[in-house]
Amino acid sequence: MIELKKIHKSYQVGNHQLQVLKGIDMFIGSGELVSVMGSSGSGKSTLLNILGILDDYDSGAYHLDGTIIQNLTEKKAAYYRNQFIGFVFQSFNLLSFKNAMENVALPLYYQKVSRKKRNKIALEYLEMVGLKEWAEHLPYELSGGQKQRVAIARALISNPKIILADEPTGALDSTTSLEVMDIFRQVNKKGITVIIVTHEDDIAHKTDKIIRLHDGQIVDSEGMR
Amino acid sequence: MFDLDKWNEIFITISKNKLRTFLTAFSVAWGIFMLMILLGFGTGMSHGIEYDFKEDAINSIWVFPGQISKPYKGMKPGRNVIFHNEDVKNARRNSPQVDHATGQFYAWGEYTVRYKKKYASYNMRGVDPDFQFIENHIVDKGRYINQLDIAQRRKVAVIGSKVEEGLYEPNEDPIGTWIDVGNIKYRVVGVYKDTGGEGEMRKIFVPITTAQLAYNGQNRIHAMMFTVGDASAKESEKIADKILNDLATKYKFDPEDARAIHIWNAMEEYQRFANLMVGIKFFLWIVGIGTIIAGIVGVSNIMLIIIKDRTREIGIRKALGATPASIIGLFLQEAIFITMVAGYIGLISGIGLLEFIKWALIEFEVDAPYFKDPEVNLSTAIGATILLVIAGAVAGYMPAHKAAKVNPIVALREE
Repeated sequence: MIELKKIHKSYQVGNHQLQVLKGIDMFIGSGELVSVMGSSGSGKSTLLNILGILDDYDSGAYHLDGTIIQNLTEKKAAYYRNQFIGFVFQSFNLLSFKNAMENVALPLYYQKVSRKKRNKIALEYLEMVGLKEWAEHLPYELSGGQKQRVAIARALISNPKIILADEPTGALDSTTSLEVMDIFRQVNKKGITVIIVTHEDDIAHKTDKIIRLHDGQIVDSEGMR
Repeated sequence: MFDLDKWNEIFITISKNKLRTFLTAFSVAWGIFMLMILLGFGTGMSHGIEYDFKEDAINSIWVFPGQISKPYKGMKPGRNVIFHNEDVKNARRNSPQVDHATGQFYAWGEYTVRYKKKYASYNMRGVDPDFQFIENHIVDKGRYINQLDIAQRRKVAVIGSKVEEGLYEPNEDPIGTWIDVGNIKYRVVGVYKDTGGEGEMRKIFVPITTAQLAYNGQNRIHAMMFTVGDASAKESEKIADKILNDLATKYKFDPEDARAIHIWNAMEEYQRFANLMVGIKFFLWIVGIGTIIAGIVGVSNIMLIIIKDRTREIGIRKALGATPASIIGLFLQEAIFITMVAGYIGLISGIGLLEFIKWALIEFEVDAPYFKDPEVNLSTAIGATILLVIAGAVAGYMPAHKAAKVNPIVALREE
């Protein structure tokens, strides 16, 4: 599903180049549940951006579902993001002026699905994460765990091949974190590849495979089972 | 073009951000409103000036005699210039462009005028038939003085409508009645109106020849008036110069002697006001355009703030698959929609206020000098509004374009 070959990425910081990724080789198969671990500054966020087609890489090759992701136009990148990838963020990133259902439906808006239809689909996904009764509520009326479940429903609605989650439990207490991880596991069981970036060991240990990053390189890749 | 879903998105964001929307809308509406008011007042002033000149023909030249103040060809100053009947004829003959000409003979002071048992005091003047066209007199009843009256020195009179009000009962017809002016009886043949105000309608006019006979004037006259057809300001100045030079030759005074005779050229005066109006209108346009520019700057400023404010939202939308075009479209459509609605509100309220002022001026009979019927040319108004909408869109495009290029991750980290 995901294949990275010698990915390099550097940022201009002041007068000198800062090498963030120094040749990442990685393979994630279809239907895997993988976590990416690393201390801050290890390059895990940058890696996630590249995986999510939110950022370019300098050299190497990135194949997503057999398609090379390279030098895409903004429009093409937007298309791939919409079709292949669902995002879940640490700070949920729901639109504050839209209710839960509208937030979940938003990716379908960009697929030009009619309002009525996408709201109906959104309700189904909300039901799946157990929040159907909260459909009409605005984000500030929801708890952290509920917000993250809405965000997961939103990531799933476009039927993506991959879910990319950036510290999805970073803002949640441990009970809620476990609930959210359970949902990720259920999602994974349906055959969707899930990649979770985290720095929490217990979260990482709930995934099937841990990829450890250090200083821009993969230091260890271990299977959990 | 009409994408219901997109409009729905826009309406939701507008209704969730009322203050921001209001501020944008206000700066646009205010700009258009002020432009309408300024242009309206400009037109009001030019209407006022045109109206105030309407009482007399704007192509008229008035000549009054004075006292010679400069020695000329060995003659001492101090002589009075006195005009005669033939001076009017000469001027008409020497300047083909003169189309109406009249002399005026003043019966000095006010005369007690009697009709039946009513008495009142009015000015009386002897004039030629052409006087009607020079003063823009409108004949309300009967007729004006004619050539036959002049030739036969008839004792007939044309009275102003205020004279009619003063001497006659409301339902009484003055035509054919006899009025007594200083013990001389005149038959009333007409009633006139004048837009120049009530004072102009408190006068009695009789044939100039009759007046000269009755008040021992021989063939002397006290003033001359001419109209010069459709001559331009320059041509009418030339005609006035010609008249001056002819009179100077005849009565032997220095044409440079400013006090020998006085010439008042309405055309020149009107031209001066017209030039002033052009200046004022130009100034109003500059101020108006300044206001519009301020509106545009306001819109683009607010757009910058909006986009700064919504960077996170842009990041989310991009992460969910929004194309740069759809981001630009969203912001642009919102900006255009707000500017259009606000521009329309400004347009309507500006025109509304002008219409109210116009109505109030008439309703309460306010006599505002040099101000009348303020109004705005509708196509100018709509053109200005469209210009502002386009400018608002361009102003909104820049920051929107920049925002669409934002890296979603950067946008999402924005606090």
